[in-house]
Amino acid sequence: MTLTLKVENTGPDPVSELSFTFPEHQAKNLALLVAVSTEGRGKNRGSATNLPIKVNQPDNSPPSLIWYHASLPKELAKGESLNIDALAVFTHTLRPFPEKITQAEAQLFLLQDSAHFTSPYKVKYQSLTVKLPSESVESYTKLENTKFSGSEIKYGPYENIPGFSYVPVIVHFPSNKPFAVAKELVREIEISHWGNVQVTEHYEVVHGGAQSTGEFSRLDFQARPHVRGASAFRNLIAMLPPRAHSIYYRDAIGNISTSNIYADSSKTLLEIEPRYPMFGGWKTSFTIGYGLPLRDYLFQSAGTRFLNFTFGSPMNDVLVENLTLKVVLPEGSKDISVSVPFPVKQSQETTFSHLDIAGRPTIVIEKANVIPEHNQYFQVHYKFSNLSLLTEPLMLIFGFFSLFVAGIIYMHADFTISKSSASYLAKQQWDEVLGTLQQLVDIINKCLVLHDKLEASLRELSRTGDVQACKAVRKSADGLLKDLSKDSKSLLAVLQSSPQAAHILPKVEELVVKERDLQEKIMLKHTTVIDSYEKKSAGRDIENRVASIQQKITSLKQEVDDLLEFVEDI
Amino acid sequence: MVGKPDTNKTHQPDPTTTLKTSPFSLKTLKLKTKQQELLIRITILLLVYILAFITRLFSVLRYESMIHEFDPYFNYRTTLYLTENGFYEFWNWFDSESWYPLGRIIGGTLYPGLMVTAAVIYWGLKFLRFAVHIREVCVLTAPFFASNTTIVAYFFGKEVWDSGAGLVAAILIAICPGYISRSVAGSYDNEGVAIFALLLTFYLFVKAVNTGSLAWSLASAFGYFYMVSAWGGYVFIINLIPLYVLVLLITGRYSMRLYVAYNCMYIVGMLLAMQIRFVGFQHVQSGEHMAAMGVFFLIQVFYFLVWVKHMLNDTTKFQAFLRISVTSAVAVGAIALGLGTASGYISPWTGRFYSLLDPTYAKDHIPIIASVSEHQPTAWSSFMFDFHILLFLFPAGLYFCFKRLSDATIFIVMYGLTSMYFAGVMVRLILVATPAVCLISAIAVSATIKNLTQVIRGKTGQTVSAKGTSSTKGLSKQQASLDQSIPFLKNGATVLLFGAFYLLSRYAIHCTWVTSEAYSSPSIVLAARGAHGQRVIFDDYREAYFWLRQNTPQDAKVMSWWDYGYQITAMGNRTVIVDNNTWNNTHIATVGRAMSSYEDEAYDIMRSLDVDYVLVVFGGVTGYSSDDINKFLWMVRIGGGVFPVIKEPDYLVNGEYRVDKGAAPKMLNCLMYKLCYYRFGELTTEYGKPPGYDRARGVEIGNKDVKLEYLEEAFTTSNWIVRIYKVKPPGNRW
Repeated sequence: MTLTLKVENTGPDPVSELSFTFPEHQAKNLALLVAVSTEGRGKNRGSATNLPIKVNQPDNSPPSLIWYHASLPKELAKGESLNIDALAVFTHTLRPFPEKITQAEAQLFLLQDSAHFTSPYKVKYQSLTVKLPSESVESYTKLENTKFSGSEIKYGPYENIPGFSYVPVIVHFPSNKPFAVAKELVREIEISHWGNVQVTEHYEVVHGGAQSTGEFSRLDFQARPHVRGASAFRNLIAMLPPRAHSIYYRDAIGNISTSNIYADSSKTLLEIEPRYPMFGGWKTSFTIGYGLPLRDYLFQSAGTRFLNFTFGSPMNDVLVENLTLKVVLPEGSKDISVSVPFPVKQSQETTFSHLDIAGRPTIVIEKANVIPEHNQYFQVHYKFSNLSLLTEPLMLIFGFFSLFVAGIIYMHADFTISKSSASYLAKQQWDEVLGTLQQLVDIINKCLVLHDKLEASLRELSRTGDVQACKAVRKSADGLLKDLSKDSKSLLAVLQSSPQAAHILPKVEELVVKERDLQEKIMLKHTTVIDSYEKKSAGRDIENRVASIQQKITSLKQEVDDLLEFVEDI
Repeated sequence: MVGKPDTNKTHQPDPTTTLKTSPFSLKTLKLKTKQQELLIRITILLLVYILAFITRLFSVLRYESMIHEFDPYFNYRTTLYLTENGFYEFWNWFDSESWYPLGRIIGGTLYPGLMVTAAVIYWGLKFLRFAVHIREVCVLTAPFFASNTTIVAYFFGKEVWDSGAGLVAAILIAICPGYISRSVAGSYDNEGVAIFALLLTFYLFVKAVNTGSLAWSLASAFGYFYMVSAWGGYVFIINLIPLYVLVLLITGRYSMRLYVAYNCMYIVGMLLAMQIRFVGFQHVQSGEHMAAMGVFFLIQVFYFLVWVKHMLNDTTKFQAFLRISVTSAVAVGAIALGLGTASGYISPWTGRFYSLLDPTYAKDHIPIIASVSEHQPTAWSSFMFDFHILLFLFPAGLYFCFKRLSDATIFIVMYGLTSMYFAGVMVRLILVATPAVCLISAIAVSATIKNLTQVIRGKTGQTVSAKGTSSTKGLSKQQASLDQSIPFLKNGATVLLFGAFYLLSRYAIHCTWVTSEAYSSPSIVLAARGAHGQRVIFDDYREAYFWLRQNTPQDAKVMSWWDYGYQITAMGNRTVIVDNNTWNNTHIATVGRAMSSYEDEAYDIMRSLDVDYVLVVFGGVTGYSSDDINKFLWMVRIGGGVFPVIKEPDYLVNGEYRVDKGAAPKMLNCLMYKLCYYRFGELTTEYGKPPGYDRARGVEIGNKDVKLEYLEEAFTTSNWIVRIYKVKPPGNRW
């Protein structure tokens, strides 16, 4: 309801307040009342000022009237006048009649109001225009001065109406506009300082129009959806902010696959279709969620941060009966304050999300009867230190670190309860044996490497003929091998003394013996070759001399390799 | 002079250099072979662990994170209840939303293992400050346990054969379709954790038998307890293990290790199992569990005999004693069993057990078991589908097992053979056979590849040295003869090795394909290909269930065939008459009778059951073939099994089931037919076909003018798959 008023003070005293009155049945559904005073007229309209409004019931009021007082920007002296535009939005003023319709019938509504503007003041000149959604109307109260043209019904103008006059009018008209009413809407806005604002909206939507009765025939609905199912609505459109991402649409039992997104740089349109067409009285509930870039909504000023976000639902034409808005601030936020441009109910709670210890401070704002006009920005101010961002990654790092440390401790510590039990002792001895064995194998491997070096020196000799270099290699190898054999002897002694090693001892001993054999043979070959070189024998001679030794070396080598493999496998 | 020997020399030492250098480079590696092997093994296991998890996520990626099929919805609903109300509430839960008007005592009629597992994981994650939804936990429970199963398979393989076989077994079981079919993400069913528990119990028991350790045996008892709490298939364990013990006793492999392992496992396992209310005292009272008890007493007799033999030291006397004591023991056992059964203390075998032993039993006696498609005998194609190359690796593995017979291999052979038999009886039991088949095949693969690589590796060294020394003819006779006796040995081995790798890679491809195509659809959301190749989703089930949830009174009772009961209670949140826990055959038969009666008779039944809505599933518009018309004969059979008024031949024409003009008159006018085809005769489903053309059955329906008197259409989903009717209140009486 839009009121355009010209107010004149005819009384003697200056007036600082202007009163509106609405009948009780309307007032309880009043969603919004805004009064704007403007100076000047027509083109040279001055700046508009919003007038603060409060409810106050004077004692001498007629029953069933609720008073709203708008304080004027400046006192209105006698004879002065002022233009005021007021917008009052009422919900649930349309009543479906008949209340129950079948699938094929059209939806009709009744509007009841007063042709005269009910006001405590005298009204000099007034008219009422009812705009209908279409050109057809079922019936309307015909008073004098009633005009019906196009889709508008005009009552009036009336002149010089006394205060508190009430002339009921009833308009009965068809409308198949979707009457989507969200019984409950819970909006959750979660701020992550990693760069995301996550919005989750839980809707409980009901078709608020005429109740559907009788059969629902899918066949009829499929064949002629605009005739058989005209009152139903199939989809809802949500106007999401631009750059919305990760949009989802689901309900209690899973994802709903019937939705579309049309995005451009100025907005993101999300078209959602409930699982089934919504007939009168049918209910559904769903959840939509989307992420938004943080930098578009979070700002900093003087050490505090503030979130600037829209209040209402992004859906067009959806009336929200109960809106609960939750702003989940990051863990560790302090000094929280909220500013909302209209009166709301506020409280605080704590939510727990991933890796939260103290929980996230959450602002809960509740408001009834929220309409698209309430889609204004509100602010949440708070303080948050950037260092707190690091808590959660550090916690994870620490968690994994302690896990690995525990692993290391477990691997290195001995958790045996009874340290004197036979099996424990045997295991210890066996570990000892294995340790010694490993050392022995290492030594033998070292010997083998030395052997290879010797062989390499021989090849070098055959290429360059440098006998001295070859001898030097031999000398160093000799020394090393001697040390190694000494070591291996002591290790072997350890093994011999251990009872645990008894069953593997023969193999190990054989390995050591074979290796020594191999060593001798290689030395022999080495000496022979060097000798021959010193005597300057022919290549073929050397070969012949070495051949038999070489053959033994090969077979020994094979045996040592096999044994080594066996021993290593223990 | 210089040139010639030089060339000779360079030519000559060549082989020796290769001989020398190759061991040299090998040696340097060999220093760390053990660590390397450990590293490789752990890496492979880790990769297999991850692979087993991610290969089961197809459905999550393709659809969404949702619960699949029918039974999982019940499990999900109970888990939700458990997490919201705590364990005691859950244990004492009387569910009035199902089996109206009887209700169901949930705590006493389910295996709580799965729900408790999921709830514990959920609570654990919550404790670790991860705010996950219980649904996500439920969806991912099965893949998580599949991953754990691969680890158990590795240890089992290691215990039975060697670590190589263990690794192969882990890989095979990670992607084996037979297992994946029941453990994809979202298939939140008992089997998901039960296979893990089954394999774990078996592994621990074999370990206990191998070591004779009380600790392992105790662990296996706890594994058994977990299995009992998770799945009714525990009966398989409690029969297989005694059978195994019996075989060991007969083959003379009785040992102290076996005695310790079995006694501890049986006694502790039995006591633990009694804590599960659904199982209760069955271990001492039911015929299915008597084998275990018999073997338990037998092993005591054996122990006694061994002791007597030890004391007696006289073979002839002992023989006589043996004869007497064995006869008397068997006689006492038989008398006890006979008395127990006769007095009713020991319950006889149940129908389900009989139907396992005799595949034709269910068909004749229990139509409700036979009506479930997964209870049908297995076709060869599904064996091939689920096992692929494992099907012929299995006998090869058996051969290897027999070649190296030990306590452990005997176990795996018995597990393999018995479970293979059961897999042949029922399709769903392929699941139980899968771990055994994977393990035995792994033994075959591992042993073969090991032999082949040994041939190749062993011969390379020898052949090179043979070449190198051939000029000086110095190779030991043995090796030479070996070389010559099998020509092309090395080449053959290489070819075979490549063949094996080719087969294994085919297996991997097949498994991935099967997983993605066959086993990853949630069956609650149907997907089809549109005319242009795009994916079309039929989400009709959820559409209907959500409609029920939102737009029917809170206390509305919904009648449908039992298949949809769990889904209606879980997603629609409404009371159902019958559901998938088919414990009361009469009740189901009543619903079957209502569905197969004329409308007025059905109305009386529905009034007596207090039904408000009737839900049918109909695929005639979309060509969805597993709808209620195709299940209808089972409703007739089950209904007829209790109420002889319903006769199957009334619905058939010359033994043929039809819905077109030639259908039986009773068929054309029964409630199910009317509900499915109500106003269907006016709809043109396919271009060029007459109206009322049923695409699922490919015929034009016989009764196009269906009129309903006592019901009215309340809701039909967009593709007509689910149709819900409201039962009208009775008319005014005068």
